[in-house]
Amino acid sequence: MDPKNVIICRCSDVTLQDLYELFDQGYETFEELKRIKRVGMGPCQANTCGKMVQWEIAKYFNKPLEEVKFQNMRPFTLGVKLKSIKEAADDDEE
Amino acid sequence: MKNKEAVIIGAGPAGLKAAKQLLEAGAHVTIIDRNKKLGGQLVKQTHKFFGSEKQYASFRGIDILEILVQGLKPFEDRLEILNETSVVGLYKDKVVACVKHDNFFKIKAKSIIMATGASEKHLPFENNDLPGIYAAGAVQTLMNEYGVKPGDKVLMVGSGNIGLIVSYQLLQAGVDVVALVEAAPQISGYLVHASKIKRLGVDILMQTSIKRAIGKDQVEQVEIWELDEVWQGIPGTERVLGVDTVCISVGLAPLTELLMQIGADVEYIRELGGNVPRIDFRYETSIKGVYACGDVVGIEEASSAMVEGAMAGIHAAHDLGYTVEDESRKLKVLQEELKFLRSGPHAAKVRAGYTKLEVKT
Repeated sequence: MDPKNVIICRCSDVTLQDLYELFDQGYETFEELKRIKRVGMGPCQANTCGKMVQWEIAKYFNKPLEEVKFQNMRPFTLGVKLKSIKEAADDDEE
Repeated sequence: MKNKEAVIIGAGPAGLKAAKQLLEAGAHVTIIDRNKKLGGQLVKQTHKFFGSEKQYASFRGIDILEILVQGLKPFEDRLEILNETSVVGLYKDKVVACVKHDNFFKIKAKSIIMATGASEKHLPFENNDLPGIYAAGAVQTLMNEYGVKPGDKVLMVGSGNIGLIVSYQLLQAGVDVVALVEAAPQISGYLVHASKIKRLGVDILMQTSIKRAIGKDQVEQVEIWELDEVWQGIPGTERVLGVDTVCISVGLAPLTELLMQIGADVEYIRELGGNVPRIDFRYETSIKGVYACGDVVGIEEASSAMVEGAMAGIHAAHDLGYTVEDESRKLKVLQEELKFLRSGPHAAKVRAGYTKLEVKT
C-alpha cells in the first residue's frame, strides 16, 4: 500500500503518508495533527476522517482506541457567512 | 433571540417520536432538521422493517415516516418545524445557533432533545478518493430518493444490514453487484438478508477486504485481498474485479459533535459505534435538561430509536412540568419493548456497549 495515495481527510487533502510523517516527528494527538495539517477542520468537521484518524493513531502507537482522544469540538459545525452573523446581530440590537 | 420550550434536533425516528410525546403532554415543540423532508434516514428506506409490530414491523421505512408525521398533525398549533435548518452551535445556556439558507439565528430552549443520528464510517485504502466510491447511504439516497442509478457494476464493502439491504436494492435497480466483501469471518447483518442476495448470485467473500481502487478519472477496477485473523491483508491473495462503483458500508458513528460542543460528558464505546454521551436511565445527558436518544447514544435499528425517542420525550415533558398521562405504565411498556428489541443474538454488541456505559454512569 502506498500511503501517499490513501486520503484520510478529503476536506484538507491530508494523506496517510502525511499522518505517518507527523507521527514520526512526535505529533500523536488529534489536536496536534489538526493544528499542523488542518485534518478534521474542513466542511465535514471530522465526520468522515475523524474515526480514521483515531484508528491510525491507535494503530501507530499501539494504543487501544478508547485511549485515543477525539478532537475538541467547537462551534460552528458549518461555514457561516460573516454577513449572516452581522445581520442577526443587527436584528438583536433593534 | 426567541425563547422556545422543547427543541428537538433531528427529525428522524427518534426525534419524531419524542415530539409526539411532548406534544401529547402539552408542550410547545420546535423540531429542527437540516433536510427538507422530515424522517431522517426513513426517507430512503424502501424496505420492510423487522422487529416488533409496535415499531411498525413489516411496514416500509417510507410509510413509517408518514405515520410518524401524521401523528403530529393534531398538535400543529403547538408545533414549529424548522426544516432545511442546520444547528451550527450549541451552548451551555441552551442557546441553539442555527442557519437556514444563509439566515443565521439563535434560539433559547428550555429543554433540548438530541436526536442527531449518525454518520457513515469511511475506509483508508489506496485511491479511496476516486469518483465512483460512495458510502452506502449515499447510494441509497441516489437510488431510492432521487431515482438515479449510481453505476453498473458494484463492489459492496461490509455485510451489515445496510450493506446487505443496499445490495438487494441495487439488484432490484438492475445493477450488477459483482461481490460483497466482509473483513470479519461472519456476516454481521441478518442472515435472511444475506441469503436473499446470495440466492440472486452475489458472491459473498468473507475475511476479505478492498486493497485499492484502480482507475484514472473514476473507478475502473478494484483489487481485493484476503485478511488474516488480525485483519491484515495476506500478500498473494489479491484479485482484481472489474467494477465502476465501490459502496462502503462499514458501520456508522454517532453524531455527537453538538453534544461535545455543549460540554456533555462523552465516552468512547466501540460497541456503540464511537463517541456517545453518558446518559442516565431517563435519557438525560450530564447537562440538565439536555436529553439524547436514537443512534446518537449508540448505533442500533430505527425501531429502538423510536422507543428511545418516546422515552426521552416523556422524561423531557415531565421535567418541563407537564403531566404525562399514565406516565409510569407507558415507560414500563416502552422499556419492555426496548428489552425485546435488544434480546436477539444480533444485539449482543449493543447490550455489551450499554453495560459498559452504565458502569460509568
